[in-house]
Amino acid sequence: MAQVMMKDLNKKYDEVHAVKDVNLHIRDKEFVVLVGPSGCGKSTTLRMVAGLEEITAGEITIGDRIVNDLPPKDRDIAMVFQNYALYPHMTVYDNMAFGLKMRKFPKPEIAKRVGEAAEILGIQELLKRKPRQLSGGQRQRVAVGRAIVRHPQVFLFDEPLSNLDAKLRVQMRVELKRLHERLETTAIYVTHDQVEAMTLGDRVVVMKDGWIQQVGEPLELYGHPANRFVAGFIGSPSMNFVEVTVADANGALWADTPGLRVKVPPASAGRLGAYKGQRVTLGIRPEDLRVATGSDSADFSFDTVVEVVEPLGSEILLDLKAGPNVIVARVDPTVRVKHQDKLRLSLHPERVHFFDNKTELAI
Amino acid sequence: MAGRGGSGSGMVEGALWKKWLYFYIPLFVFMVGTLFPFYWMLVTAFRPDGELYRPWRAVNNTPFWTTHPTYEHFVYLFQQTMFGTWLYNTMFIAVISTVISIFCGLLAGYALARLRFPLAGSIGTSIFVTYLVPPTLLFIPLANIVRDFRLGDTPWALILTYPTFLIPFCTWLLMGYFKTIPKELEECARIDGASRIRAMVQIVFPIATPGILSAGIFAFTLSWNEFLYALVFLSSPQQKTVPVGVLSELIRGDVFFWGPLMAGALLGSVPVALIYSFFVEHYVAGLTGAVKG
Repeated sequence: MAQVMMKDLNKKYDEVHAVKDVNLHIRDKEFVVLVGPSGCGKSTTLRMVAGLEEITAGEITIGDRIVNDLPPKDRDIAMVFQNYALYPHMTVYDNMAFGLKMRKFPKPEIAKRVGEAAEILGIQELLKRKPRQLSGGQRQRVAVGRAIVRHPQVFLFDEPLSNLDAKLRVQMRVELKRLHERLETTAIYVTHDQVEAMTLGDRVVVMKDGWIQQVGEPLELYGHPANRFVAGFIGSPSMNFVEVTVADANGALWADTPGLRVKVPPASAGRLGAYKGQRVTLGIRPEDLRVATGSDSADFSFDTVVEVVEPLGSEILLDLKAGPNVIVARVDPTVRVKHQDKLRLSLHPERVHFFDNKTELAI
Repeated sequence: MAGRGGSGSGMVEGALWKKWLYFYIPLFVFMVGTLFPFYWMLVTAFRPDGELYRPWRAVNNTPFWTTHPTYEHFVYLFQQTMFGTWLYNTMFIAVISTVISIFCGLLAGYALARLRFPLAGSIGTSIFVTYLVPPTLLFIPLANIVRDFRLGDTPWALILTYPTFLIPFCTWLLMGYFKTIPKELEECARIDGASRIRAMVQIVFPIATPGILSAGIFAFTLSWNEFLYALVFLSSPQQKTVPVGVLSELIRGDVFFWGPLMAGALLGSVPVALIYSFFVEHYVAGLTGAVKG
């Protein structure tokens, strides 16, 4: 049980500045997910916490100890790797017991702890097998089991589900979440999958090019992305972006571009006033668009042409064109349209986002 | 094949014909070429002298087999020469120099494969280059060193010079093998509580067993069969190794004692053949670098 602090953390390889000024306070028992595209520095950050990469500058504290110069074995952490990293020459039992043996636990205690962990993960009958006799999901369980037997202060997960097939990944995700709720251990989890990040994390840290873009609870990131990158990264399918000009007409602000003209919702109007006459980026999520009905205000509606229809069963994804702008909308499965149909869409006025074209920050 | 068309049965016949021409016949020729010297060695070792020196055109000549197999050459080998001592010398020298080379090769190979230090890449390459220096050149300076340290005509002259070509070889082979082992295994062990050395010994080395075995077999075979250094650095009969002993003691002037020569060669190749047959599976896995995850 411990908090983890990263202060002005930096990592430079010969020519690459992989992690830049990362400041992060992970609270005790919190499940924090680092997410971002590959090469964003998330894994490097995790490996610095583990002690597998040297810290170029800055400070990492686990509990109340500064761990910068501690070797990995003295940091009281456990890590689960993407390729499981099970020791191929040892049985499942020995794999799980290895860390305890290294720490000179008495044999009965080792047996007890391995037994407990095996029970939690449902792998009791696998204990005598070798890793190569296990399926991917079983190997993953063993890898998790090896981490939990030690009762470490912090769990580190480095893309642990990436090697599993889609179905198993969803199942293991739920199990990991349940496990965390049961064990109440601080956890740092690295993934490139935003769905994993959103479902698992108490808080999510979005990274790009070595910088932290935004830290927040999943719904906060979804509802109030700090910049265009976060807005586009979180949510699937991702947010639609349309470049518009802020125009003043009839005593109100309008977001205007060929094929699309909608009123700036009152909530954003105040902040957008400074951008009068300038280009900004309008962002709207596919799920915040719907087929317009007679009761919808004309101020928030626009005409589109259907390009592609993707029926998913529970919903339909529509690829549409509003003038030259490509827009994706997520609509009810009852909507019946086909290629080249004309469709009038209405957007949810409170869920429109605007981003500065230069800084890409949310306005 | 599919693009050429033609009837299905025609293609099968064509394939069979090609398989014979390009596969079975060359393979057969290669096999005969490779195995015949061994067969010849075997037959000659058991052939009585009377048959050995029979003229080729004699009526009862049987060049490819023998009608009166005999042990007389083996008896001669052990009673009239120091073959037993040579066997012991060869074994002693091969085992110790192999152990030294594997030990150094393990550490050097691990360091080159895993640790980040300046010039790691160029050191790796230069180690390989030293392996390419021909022993026929290297024995001249080495002879000087052996003389200066007064090691001439002792087994240590060979035990200490064989590693000059065995260590680069072992290092190179093991480095390649270590690189195939995912480094997460070690990282995980280090997080689990092992130091770097401990992770190396308890995790990496056991996984690298096939690689270590093949390096060991290779090193053993190379030192067992080595001829040049053994010829140069050893002079008295009781110090000689099998390849040198057989050759220098059983060819007297221009007289070749073919029977004992071949018997000695046969016995000399037995240990190597035994080792290969025991470890052949590991050996192949070691060369192909297969780690079962």
